[in-house]
Amino acid sequence: MIELKHISKRFVDSVVLDDVSLDVHDGETVALLGPSGVGKSVTLKMINGLLRPDSGDVIVDGLHVPALGRRELAELRAGIGYVFQYGALFDSMNVHDNVRLGITDEKHYEDEDYCAARVSECLRLVNLNPDVGGKFPAELSGGMKKRVGIARAIAGKPRYLLYDEPTSGLDPMNADVIDTLVERLQSELGVTSVVVSHDVRGSFRVADRVALLWQGRIRAVGTPEEILASRDSAVQQFLERDLEMAVIQAETGEHRAHGA
Amino acid sequence: MEEGALTLDVRRLVGRWTLRAASHAGRFTYLIIDMVRGLAEWRIWLPRTFEQAMSIGYGSLFIVLLVAGFAGAVTSLQAGYQFTGSVPLYIYGTVITESIILELGPVLTGLILAGRIGARYAAELGSMRVTEQIDALESLGRSPVTHLILPRVLAGLLTVPALTMLANIVGFLSGWLAAKSSISITNADFIYGARYYFRPFDLWYSMIKAVFFAASMTTIPCYIGYYTQQGAEGVGRSTTVAVVASSVTILCLDTVLAQLLLHT
Repeated sequence: MIELKHISKRFVDSVVLDDVSLDVHDGETVALLGPSGVGKSVTLKMINGLLRPDSGDVIVDGLHVPALGRRELAELRAGIGYVFQYGALFDSMNVHDNVRLGITDEKHYEDEDYCAARVSECLRLVNLNPDVGGKFPAELSGGMKKRVGIARAIAGKPRYLLYDEPTSGLDPMNADVIDTLVERLQSELGVTSVVVSHDVRGSFRVADRVALLWQGRIRAVGTPEEILASRDSAVQQFLERDLEMAVIQAETGEHRAHGA
Repeated sequence: MEEGALTLDVRRLVGRWTLRAASHAGRFTYLIIDMVRGLAEWRIWLPRTFEQAMSIGYGSLFIVLLVAGFAGAVTSLQAGYQFTGSVPLYIYGTVITESIILELGPVLTGLILAGRIGARYAAELGSMRVTEQIDALESLGRSPVTHLILPRVLAGLLTVPALTMLANIVGFLSGWLAAKSSISITNADFIYGARYYFRPFDLWYSMIKAVFFAASMTTIPCYIGYYTQQGAEGVGRSTTVAVVASSVTILCLDTVLAQLLLHT
């Protein structure tokens, strides 16, 4: 279970998070929604200790993350898969070595046969042909990079998966592929997931519960249906803006289709 | 009133700079401690160290030897211009050998490599920071210091003294050739002069300088690159700062080491 308790974070003069509290139960997928720059990624980075809150506490599996030492933090992180916004693949390594780095158990990491089998299995899980293992990140499309990033995140068989904007920068078709993948991994691996996104439709599709982060605070939490039914002005404003974007995207897509 | 505001501004500025310096000192110390801790994980850093050493060693060989060759020749020609007719010919052997080994070999090699290796390390680590590759490594429970910084620093400590030694040899040979062609010194006179004032400690001194220069031209750019912020602009800024900072540190170390080790 992941518990965020009254966390606050400030960067220089701006308050990014102000008294944010949220629980993510075991096996659950929670989508953290909100406009850009509202502190979604900061929240995610606090869960695996990449950032420390100025105040408040982050508890994962009963462990107080900000208070953990170097070794304990490394052990905790071994059980948390993190999917970065742009993949964050290592340029100097091929896909196989990138995914292999995700095998966090040192005994397994040293075992070449285990690694080869596990890397192939993870690539298949994210709908990639294992032959792609020999390619370098520069040779991959944006969608493929994201999928390799997900393969790396699941290679260590984590209990938690944290997705930072998994569909940002992708066209609607590729975004759909990634959303399907997130859903499928959730049902096949049974992990606890937090998905940070500003894509309302994708988040509503993959999440059991949705939390809206607005001006540094959690403005609303609930099932997608509860969020849709919310009378809160900020929630409505955010949903309407996404709806407008969806209409614009659909219209642009139609124009392109007619033009072609 | 204006005077009061000015005093306040100066105080604020001094306070800000002090805090920034203290913050850098703290983070740099923490990085060094992390590197020492990381030494135990030799399976991770050893293969990467050899990769880096091959890369920076081979890559820098040509430019280092070229500069050393020209430095030796120019030293020889200038010595000929200044001393012809006023000192015995064998003194040229002494001047050229000692100038190259004690100063020009290590310092020129240090400054060239500070530009070459320093810029590369700061840019590589800076890019990795802004594209979240360093965060990714940390999120996998792996130490970025052991994976990325330690191999780079150790590779520098291995290759820079070796390159300095090669630079000394090439500088000495080119100085010798230039002296022969410009002032018609015999081989016997040149070698006599080179050996007359030579002490084995001179070579040790050259190597000690090279090790200190290697440490500064690797740790400083790695530190600056590792803490890069603000995207591509930040990477550019880090690269420039890394080269300037490591070059200035090399010049300062040159003075300090001369005072400490050559003080008679």
